[in-house]
Amino acid sequence: MSILVYIDIANGKIKKSTQEVISYGADLSAITGEKLIGVAIGNCQDQLEELGSFGLQEIVHIGKDSNRNAPAETDAWAIATLAIEKKSATLLFSHSLSGKLLAPLTASRLKAGLVSGVISQPDLTDGFIVKRSVFSGKAFAKVAIKTPTRVLTINPNSYPVKQRNGTAEVTNIALEGPASRVKSISIEKTSGELPLTEAGIVVSAGRGLKGPENWGMVEQLAGELHAALACSRPVADAHWRPHHEHVGQTGVAIAPNLYIAIGISGAIQHLAGVNRSKVIVVINKDPEAPFFKAADYGIVGDAFEVVPQFTAALKKVKAS
Amino acid sequence: MKILVCISKTPDTTAKIAFTDNNTKFDTNGVQWIVNPWDEWFALVRAIELKEADPSITLHLITVGESDADPIIRKALALGGDEAIRINASPAESQFVAHQIAAIAKEGNYDLVLTGKETIDHNGSTVGGLIAGETELPYISLATKLDRQGNTLTITREIEGGQEVCEVEIPVVVSAQKGMAEARIPNMRGIMAARTKPLKVVEPIATNEYTQVIQFELPAPKSGVKLIAPDQVEELVRLLHEEAKVI
Ligand SMILES: Cc1cc2nc3c(=O)[nH]c(=O)nc-3n(C[C@H](O)[C@H](O)[C@H](O)COP(=O)(O)OP(=O)(O)OC[C@H]3O[C@@H](n4cnc5c(N)ncnc54)[C@H](O)[C@@H]3O)c2cc1C
Ligand SMILES: Nc1ncnc2c1ncn2[C@@H]1O[C@H](COP(=O)(O)O)[C@@H](O)[C@H]1O
Repeated sequence: MSILVYIDIANGKIKKSTQEVISYGADLSAITGEKLIGVAIGNCQDQLEELGSFGLQEIVHIGKDSNRNAPAETDAWAIATLAIEKKSATLLFSHSLSGKLLAPLTASRLKAGLVSGVISQPDLTDGFIVKRSVFSGKAFAKVAIKTPTRVLTINPNSYPVKQRNGTAEVTNIALEGPASRVKSISIEKTSGELPLTEAGIVVSAGRGLKGPENWGMVEQLAGELHAALACSRPVADAHWRPHHEHVGQTGVAIAPNLYIAIGISGAIQHLAGVNRSKVIVVINKDPEAPFFKAADYGIVGDAFEVVPQFTAALKKVKAS
Repeated sequence: MKILVCISKTPDTTAKIAFTDNNTKFDTNGVQWIVNPWDEWFALVRAIELKEADPSITLHLITVGESDADPIIRKALALGGDEAIRINASPAESQFVAHQIAAIAKEGNYDLVLTGKETIDHNGSTVGGLIAGETELPYISLATKLDRQGNTLTITREIEGGQEVCEVEIPVVVSAQKGMAEARIPNMRGIMAARTKPLKVVEPIATNEYTQVIQFELPAPKSGVKLIAPDQVEELVRLLHEEAKVI
């Protein structure tokens, strides 16, 4: 019996969320005694061995044409086939863009119960019960999986990465199985910035900033914190910022360690996408802004004064 | 070409989330219901646009839900679509929903099954992929653009670190997200027409139980905001570093 972890590779790099999923698998394997096996599909061989230090015991690397590196249905076929061969009762993906494609296709093949957006270790006392995030982060659900094979996707930033002592043996095999019916024509990479869902710190700004020309100070603050940038929906709708920065119920849902909201009122639809953040800082000139109710730290003040001071204070701490 | 758009009924985005019966049931008291935004704004509107470009397209809407889903599917019909199908069952889990929709998709020989990115209550992002698995059709997830030339679809989808443009022959299952279309508001004519469009009620097929929700939980309430004076930003930095330990 084994636990199979999907190793997510983007632009030739293994993702941080994969380290989280491996850590999740390692903690589970410590309880069940099942072997922890990773499967990587694509061009990434040189980075695989180091994954033993997160707890993988064995890695199967399935080679794939580099310009066809985006996840495809053949990958799901390969993962399911490997899961059968390795007698995997539990398959783990990140609840990432790749996981959202591959996990359901794999679960279908294996007739497995699928639970997405899992946030904690399963309770094994009476079956296999996991907790997942529901209602756009406003609640959790405990879900029992009834099938002998299970597929889970783990929410990014919800499980701590743990370093362990260990090495993993890598075997290389070729990708077989039916050719994907979806033909990849081209892949366009966005700049090297950290994906919003994986960022540990997110600096976000709203309509309170008045216009796109005022984002310089927000970018400086984010730069100082090595943070990703986000915005409220009206800001993206007005094209002040790109759409992929729009967070909230109808944008990207995030759960960073630190979320800094500047000039955002804290509408319920905005909160729904950010309320799983561990610490929330709100900077708003209106003491009645609803966001303060969801915040851990707040400054009632003018963003145009507070934000540059914030950046300066961080610089000062760094210098000392 | 035949298109099937999956429509889910979800609580309004401002709905208060609470539970009853020892936290086993969603408290629907006072809740307004809407068409899941991802289904309405992107999947449905793009399907309507395809039909506007080619009136020979048959456009059907499907929902898995009990009779309380009828007003919601009619709301969706007010935007467009020829008729709706409701599978008469509670949408208890995504495998169940996907099996029901897959059965109709196969039987009706649909060429394009469109879902939204996710439901705003269940947040699974799984039903589309599961339908593809059950129907053995190709699946394109999280599409931001979809164009058609005859039987070939050119689709842009979001992948880790970028976008992929791909090509696929129908039949196919696609999940739609932002970028696919611009949300529309139904007009009076659409609302009137929706009243008389056919709504077929179909009994569910039997499936296995894959998963079961045992209980819901609300997050622990925040302990309250700690306010820092605007001229004390250094104190905020200290707190984030020493107390919250996040920087
Ligand atoms: C179905 C639906 C879905 C939605 N989905 C989303 C979503 O996913 N994400 C999202 O963000 N929104 C969403 N919205 C919109 C949401 O309801 C709010 O309208 C939106 O979040 C408000 O954005 P904002 O806070 O930037 O702007 P505003 O509400 O205009 O707030 C601006 C804030 O800035 C403050 N401010 C002004 N000047 C300053 C200054 N100099 N210094 C400091 N503070 C200042 C003001 O006090 C105010 O609180 C959705 C709405 C609907 C109906
Ligand atoms: N009960 C349902 N009836 C019809 N379609 C649904 C239902 N539930 C989910 N879907 C579709 O599947 C998509 C993804 O849902 P989910 O996997 O629950 O996040 C939604 O955007 C809908 O298009």
